[in-house]
Amino acid sequence: MDLSHGSEYEAFRTEVQQFLHEHKDQAPRGENMRSRKVLDWQRLLIDNGYTARTIPREYGGFGADPDILKGRIIAEEFANARVSQGLGGQGISMLVPTLLELGTEEQKQQFIKPTIEGEMVWCQGYSEPGAGSDLASLRTSATLDGDEWVVNGQKIWTSTAHIADWIFCLVRTEPDAPKHRGISFLLFRMDTPGIEIRPLVDMTLAANFNETFFTDVHVPKHQIVGERGQGWQVANAILGHERDSLGDPNASLTRLNALTELMKHETMGGQRLIDNPVYRDRLMKIQGRVMAMRFNDMRVLSARLNNKNATLARMITKLQGTELRHDLEGLAIDIMGEVGLAYQDNPYLRDGGSWQSQYMYFLGLIIGGGTSQIQKNIISERGLEMPREPKVEKQG
Amino acid sequence: MEFGLSEEQTLLADSVHRFLEEQVPLERVRGIATGEETDGSQSVWQELADLGIPALLIPEEQGGVGLSQLDAAVVAEMFGYHTTPAPFIGTAVMAPIALKAAGDDTTLAAIAKGETTVGVAIGEAVASRLDAGVTSNGERLTGKCVFIINYGSDRYLVADDTGALFMVASDADGLTHRPLTTVDRTRPSGELVFDDTPAQLLSSDAATFEAVLDAGRVMLAADTLGAAQNMIDQAVAYAKEREQFNRPIGSFQAVKHMCAEMAASLEPCRPMVWYAAHALDEIPEEARLTACHTKAHLAEVGTFIAKTSTEVHGGMGFTDLVGLHYWFKRIGFNRQMLGVPELVREEAARLQGLVV
Repeated sequence: MDLSHGSEYEAFRTEVQQFLHEHKDQAPRGENMRSRKVLDWQRLLIDNGYTARTIPREYGGFGADPDILKGRIIAEEFANARVSQGLGGQGISMLVPTLLELGTEEQKQQFIKPTIEGEMVWCQGYSEPGAGSDLASLRTSATLDGDEWVVNGQKIWTSTAHIADWIFCLVRTEPDAPKHRGISFLLFRMDTPGIEIRPLVDMTLAANFNETFFTDVHVPKHQIVGERGQGWQVANAILGHERDSLGDPNASLTRLNALTELMKHETMGGQRLIDNPVYRDRLMKIQGRVMAMRFNDMRVLSARLNNKNATLARMITKLQGTELRHDLEGLAIDIMGEVGLAYQDNPYLRDGGSWQSQYMYFLGLIIGGGTSQIQKNIISERGLEMPREPKVEKQG
Repeated sequence: MEFGLSEEQTLLADSVHRFLEEQVPLERVRGIATGEETDGSQSVWQELADLGIPALLIPEEQGGVGLSQLDAAVVAEMFGYHTTPAPFIGTAVMAPIALKAAGDDTTLAAIAKGETTVGVAIGEAVASRLDAGVTSNGERLTGKCVFIINYGSDRYLVADDTGALFMVASDADGLTHRPLTTVDRTRPSGELVFDDTPAQLLSSDAATFEAVLDAGRVMLAADTLGAAQNMIDQAVAYAKEREQFNRPIGSFQAVKHMCAEMAASLEPCRPMVWYAAHALDEIPEEARLTACHTKAHLAEVGTFIAKTSTEVHGGMGFTDLVGLHYWFKRIGFNRQMLGVPELVREEAARLQGLVV
């Protein structure tokens, strides 16, 4: 463990605190992701290296060397101040790292800067009605017609499709190849003719995701990441980044702080919830789990920087992180009793109603991005090298 | 900058692992636990002394190797992995911290050479059970300690009701003791009764008591980390080999998911133990809170794995023949000693000012 807490880090913490002290009021609180306030805040964070910190300068990032302790300090101070650490979303957390890894120079130049600045919003075209956990059986097709791909088919669970500028989309380009080798990874604009979007209302009663239909959608030939038929490898790289981001322990820390604050103010029978030993124990139990996941995150990051193996530690983050977050949000609801039910326009809403909506939203994330059960297949078969389920031969 | 074990620490773990695999395999553990090999844990300790294990945390000036508590945690993990019967936590970790605070170089040197072992009787100062407890006048002790760690040692580290720490020889005047059988036969426990027993005061500083306690908790957690890892390894190996319905049971999702859940819950425990052990020496402001959470979290995860691994083994897991219960009980022992999860979590809350 080389975690020297030198004066450089003390100074860095002071610098972050100073920044938050001065600029905290400019931070967005639940505004639309397209709003000036959100975009200005994002720009300010990039300029100061608090988000997109390690993205190279030539692609619009801050260009700092990766430093797990500084990353931790930023996360902690932003969590303490309960201030947004900038935009997330599928473009920033999934596509950008994938382009950095597998994109062409032109693609990096074209897409990364506007994406991290929040100007270019992305959605992900992966799942289909017949291809969920068995994603590789997807059927949306793309055939080459001169210099263009022509895309036909249907995607589902396309989060933010209704506000996205672009989509990264898995399509079948080699119908005769084995299913994993017939897929390609295309990027195209969402205002291309032939795209129809129908909102899908989820259990939170928001329409966060959609069904997306493609009818003869024309896409320039060069808007492909990787080679023809290599889309599955690109998709897996991206799913790795998605799984890293879906269980983000720093976001859990922010929510844990909010929960602790809630318990200091909310009362039952005149007693603060934090003074109830049963509730307090449940809070501490969650705190221990958040702590363990944060150390896991630091280990994974450190292993990546030092070229060491932490495969299993990375594999478990989505499963553990989303389950933890669901439990954390659920604890807030439990301990508020009837008040925990308040939703939407209820005058007794706490923290903007986020406890109920996040509780449900994280059940969605337990399912999305590869269900917990699929994660357990991956952990046991790839992580623990256990035998695969025997394949069932197709009937007829 | 690195969050992980150094090359030296990995080598240390490997060498202890190899030694225990060859010299103290389950058959020998079983022999010691059932009393076939008398004084077994003391003789294992002599063998470990040749590897320098008792000397780990003792400064070079006293004949030790002057390593860190993270190094000790790495060793504790291996002891848990092999359910090693040895008085490690008391002798090599908790006692040296108190002895260093007292400047007792003679005893430190004796520990380093493997000439003396130390049990730990501080549970009453953490949370008294059975109305046990010890009072002192600074020179003599009166009262009772139950369920002490590393019973059968040459001396005992004892805390009185104020948290002051004393060293008492096992043959001191006015000291009577008897063994107390627990589920875990790999680490003997027992009871000490003091009747105006002469004792050497090591420290009446609360910080020393806390340092000893925190270290003990982190080492118990590290022991659980190793024991739980072994239970996962055994479950996975068994599930790959055992066939039912003409296929390995590990190909059934019901079984493989149990294994995945065990691995997923234990994996974050590894960096947690590393960090907690590292903090004991290097990040004092975080040491107490991290030790409490690590003790509690490892106890919870360990209990889950102990149960699940046994279930994966089916009926064989329940037998003495396979011996899986040695790890099950080892994890159970670590959970109960020096504060069960609810107790240490309450302490964690208190440390953060959440208890009024």
